[in-house]
Amino acid sequence: MPLLEVTGLRKSYGGHVAVDGVDFHIGEAETYGLLGPNGAGKTTAISMIVGILDRDAGEVVVDGQPLDVTSVKAKALIGYVPQELALYRDLTARENLRFFARLYGLGGGGLKARIEEILGIIGLTDRADEKVEQYSGGMARRLNIGIGLMNRPKLLILDEPTVGVDPQSRNSILESVQRLAGEGMAVLYTTHYMEEAERLCDRVGIIDQGRLRAEGTRRELVGLVGETDRVTMRAEGDLARAVEDLEKLPDVRRAESGDSQIELLVPDARTHLPRILETVAAAGAAVRTVEVREPDLETVFLHLTGKALRD
Amino acid sequence: MRASITILAKDLRQRARDSTLLVFGVVLPLGLAFMFNVMLGGGEQRRLDATYAVADGDRGVAARQFVEQALRPLEASGDATLRTAADAEEARRLVERKTVDAAFVIPEGFSAALERGAATRLQVIGGVDSAVAVQVAREIAQSYATERRAVQLAVAVATAGGGTVPDRELAERAAAAPVPVGVAQDEVSQRKQLDTTTYYAAGMAMFFLFFVTMMSVAGIFDERRQGTLARLLAAPVSRRAVLLGKSLGGVLVGVLSMAVLVVVSTLALGADWGHPLGVAALAVAAVLAATGITAAVATFARTAEQASNRLSVIAMTLGLFGGALFPVAQLEGLSSVSMLTPHRWFLEGLGDLAGGSLQVVVVPVAVLLGFAVAGGALALFRLGRMLNS
Ligand SMILES: Nc1ncnc2c1ncn2[C@@H]1O[C@H](COP(=O)(O)OP(=O)(O)OP(=O)(O)O)[C@@H](O)[C@H]1O
Ligand SMILES: [Mg+2]
Repeated sequence: MPLLEVTGLRKSYGGHVAVDGVDFHIGEAETYGLLGPNGAGKTTAISMIVGILDRDAGEVVVDGQPLDVTSVKAKALIGYVPQELALYRDLTARENLRFFARLYGLGGGGLKARIEEILGIIGLTDRADEKVEQYSGGMARRLNIGIGLMNRPKLLILDEPTVGVDPQSRNSILESVQRLAGEGMAVLYTTHYMEEAERLCDRVGIIDQGRLRAEGTRRELVGLVGETDRVTMRAEGDLARAVEDLEKLPDVRRAESGDSQIELLVPDARTHLPRILETVAAAGAAVRTVEVREPDLETVFLHLTGKALRD
Repeated sequence: MRASITILAKDLRQRARDSTLLVFGVVLPLGLAFMFNVMLGGGEQRRLDATYAVADGDRGVAARQFVEQALRPLEASGDATLRTAADAEEARRLVERKTVDAAFVIPEGFSAALERGAATRLQVIGGVDSAVAVQVAREIAQSYATERRAVQLAVAVATAGGGTVPDRELAERAAAAPVPVGVAQDEVSQRKQLDTTTYYAAGMAMFFLFFVTMMSVAGIFDERRQGTLARLLAAPVSRRAVLLGKSLGGVLVGVLSMAVLVVVSTLALGADWGHPLGVAALAVAAVLAATGITAAVATFARTAEQASNRLSVIAMTLGLFGGALFPVAQLEGLSSVSMLTPHRWFLEGLGDLAGGSLQVVVVPVAVLLGFAVAGGALALFRLGRMLNS
């Protein structure tokens, strides 16, 4: 039996469908990533899964217990880290941890020990009694995650926990998640960073415009694209025309231009590169740099949706 | 409940670091009560400067006695001017036109009734704008009525002490003072009134109570802005418990603020709130009513700003029509409107308490609790929509 089972999840705001029939499941000790661009519906889906938002349709079952906004018992199994910082800025880290832990029924000596343990994990032991308003962005992010760990959840749900974080804090966050997953915690992790999904997740669901477009291990997803490489060129000139011409080349799957760069998918890029460069030059654009990448999740996303993961 | 207490404790910890509540809960109401007290009297030294009309429909011995002994001294000391009115009708007209502050109406057969030992009434008609003068008039009539009773008591003691008083004299005195003389105040004024100092202290306390409890329930919007509402809702805690926890803060701070106001206004301004138990019951019920109403209003808002704007308007309106700012209950027409406000019931409860026994607070307390239950139920009903928006 999976630890989390989500079926037919749906939510619309007015006429706009934010989540449009999402199904997936997470096994014990599995790390599952929801990878999608801004506005894909990740936060909306997560909000329904943790029971803070009423859904229009669908089911959420955690460890055999159905969960909706009124559930109490099932919610105790989940640790939730919201995308936006959710902290009392006028309280200290210790006070924040204590308050939320109490809401999960922790108390007494166990609570004290757990607070120290979490402070250690998030590296805030030295500054635990300072008000959050004096924290740097990275420290606040770490506390935001620490609160979600207080109740030793069976399922940890993190909604884009690294957004707006410096590379160092980001790395330490990723390491913590990896360690927790290694200790047997199931994790649901949303992100629009392909590298994070690749590094952390056993399986990834690719979400766009409220729908899961594909799902599987990294290998399975990359298999969808075949042996396609991704070519990124920094260029100047008439990029639109260059793209138009590139798309006429027999093996080029998809080409896109944006912000002085051209991106295209092509099998076995190395053999096709000379013709590609010729075509671009003929269209009146000057190529500055070229980068060829083996297929990755970004390629998969481009392949599935025709869009880049980030703009 | 455990979760609600946890939320309460957290809110109090945050509140303790912020002075807004102190301002709204203590400083403003006390400051204004003090200001009104200075402006509108309550100070002992100043002359009253009242004008009273007397309509003596009796012209008997007792009536003359009342005027001579109770009213003339006031005239002599320069505190009041007396004039006569032909009858009750004219007396009322004089009050309504504000020619006089209040009128005493002595009914026909007043002296005869007292002589017979039958009940009779002395009527005081008070003007709306003359809270202090009306209050004095009321007290004069009251003490006259009490004095008549005292005479009867003295007679009784004299008899028990061995009949030292001659029978004839005893009979005369008994006949002269059988009472009860009821003090009847006219509809134009309040049935029973608080003294000015207490009235304004109580009015301000009740008025600002709405601003104190508002901050606690509308705090749900602050939780949303900080993102912490998501965590409260994701925790294994029912939504009712969250609402209750946020409301408890308002109840507790409201009760504390009331307590401080009662104590300080008593000590510093000489306010006379009445029986402590009755005051406590009324105050707690008033706090619950304010919390229920503010909770209900907050659940109809979408943002903290919207909630506090609407709540301010409602607090002002209720305060105005409820008589927390001036004694509106004396105005015909508005008197019935004021029954829809908790302020009216709180102030009237205190007035009744001042004039009667402890039981009189039962009805006002019950009505106030009714406001609390109705507001709370509406808030619970709206809660889902509020949290989802
Ligand atoms: N409260 C709301 N009212 C109306 N529309 C909303 C609301 N919340 C989200 N949406 C819309 O639903 C869609 C999905 O939004 P959501 O926040 O779930 O995306 P996301 O994948 O989490 O994006 P991001 O990476 O920017 O966090 C968007 O088009 C968004 O504009
Ligand atoms: Mg999001």
